[in-house]
Amino acid sequence: MLQTNLEHIESEEQLKELIENNEKVAVCCGRMGPMCIPVYDIFEILQGNYPDIQFRDMDFDIPSAAIIKGLPECQKFFGLPFTIYYRNGKVVKATSSIQSAKEVKIVIDEVFA
Amino acid sequence: MQKYDVIIIGAGPAGLAAAIYTSRAALSTLVVDESSAGGQVKTTYHVANYPGFVEPIAGHELAGNMREQAEKYGTKFKLAADVTALHLSDQEKWAELDNEDKYTAEFVIIATGSSPRLLNIPGEKDYKGSGVSYCATCDGEFYKDKDIFVIGGGNSAMEESLLLLQFVKSITVIHQFDKLQAEKITADKVTTNPKVDILWSHEPRAFYKKENKMVVEAENLKTHKRIRLERDGIFIFVGLVPNSAFLKNVPIQLTKYGYIITGPQMETNIRGVYAAGDVRDKRHRQITIAVGDGTTAALEVIKHNLN
Repeated sequence: MLQTNLEHIESEEQLKELIENNEKVAVCCGRMGPMCIPVYDIFEILQGNYPDIQFRDMDFDIPSAAIIKGLPECQKFFGLPFTIYYRNGKVVKATSSIQSAKEVKIVIDEVFA
Repeated sequence: MQKYDVIIIGAGPAGLAAAIYTSRAALSTLVVDESSAGGQVKTTYHVANYPGFVEPIAGHELAGNMREQAEKYGTKFKLAADVTALHLSDQEKWAELDNEDKYTAEFVIIATGSSPRLLNIPGEKDYKGSGVSYCATCDGEFYKDKDIFVIGGGNSAMEESLLLLQFVKSITVIHQFDKLQAEKITADKVTTNPKVDILWSHEPRAFYKKENKMVVEAENLKTHKRIRLERDGIFIFVGLVPNSAFLKNVPIQLTKYGYIITGPQMETNIRGVYAAGDVRDKRHRQITIAVGDGTTAALEVIKHNLN
């Protein structure tokens, strides 16, 4: 279980429902590790600035995380966390490894503008 | 322009310790950070040498506690915010955040810490997370039974290599000198492992991908001859750099390596501007020392505010 203040995604159904019912969704899938924690924290801060975006996290080690790991966009990823941006139910961007707040904001402005 | 008594730039242990003290002294305090609160501590798995915790505490938990403590005493935070303009002089101090709001204060404490050094060579950013990594504990398992490079020969490179050896088939260490800088006990554990070989006196010049392999183009620093080697991944551990680039247009004294020069009370050459923590020029860098620096800077601010 991730110890963050973000809402967690705990099943494939939950993720499917979220992206079906929300135009803009960002999911950070990782562990409580050094590369992941900064990204969860940035999500927590940014969710106050971007109320139209649904920010979530997901434990990389639960079986349901296969829905993230199996994405074509993630097949060449070798670094946690996997961060996926969905718009209208489709993946519009995926990043691997730690991202700075500036990098996350650039992605958000690029894919959710 | 919003006014505070103190602006603290950097929300690591030094900045948060300073904020706890200035806020408790009833000085209005704003803490600014380009990321979240916690600095490098939040990215440390366990902290075992911070007094008061008999059992190791998770770094993110310690960082969270420090932030909560500062907030409890009234510290305000602007996180994930870039300092886009900064003016620091004896007479006037202000910071602009994200090209929008401006904040002024009589005192500024710079506690921006340090960050892992990047090689800044072609391919490094392009393959971050897809062949280039900076964390053995996070990404080691992606390289199970694979051949990898480790770039660096200091303590962090050797400690991370020991972790990686639990997963990988082989490690080729690329090091710029002909001797490792790491502590002998750790270095020996790595160098005597049959899965490790070392490419001495070489520096990477570029990374690129060839099918599923990562290629390192490395230069022999003695002969200047370049070679290309293929492995499955690259882990980089080449030390830390001070986060002081944002001070380039500020008349604050820095060392040639970019660390802020201070006196014993954390004072810089600009009146009312202090520096604390890993961004300050000093010999040792530890959480406890950063907290001490932040405390000293805050007490100086409190003393001068009373005067």
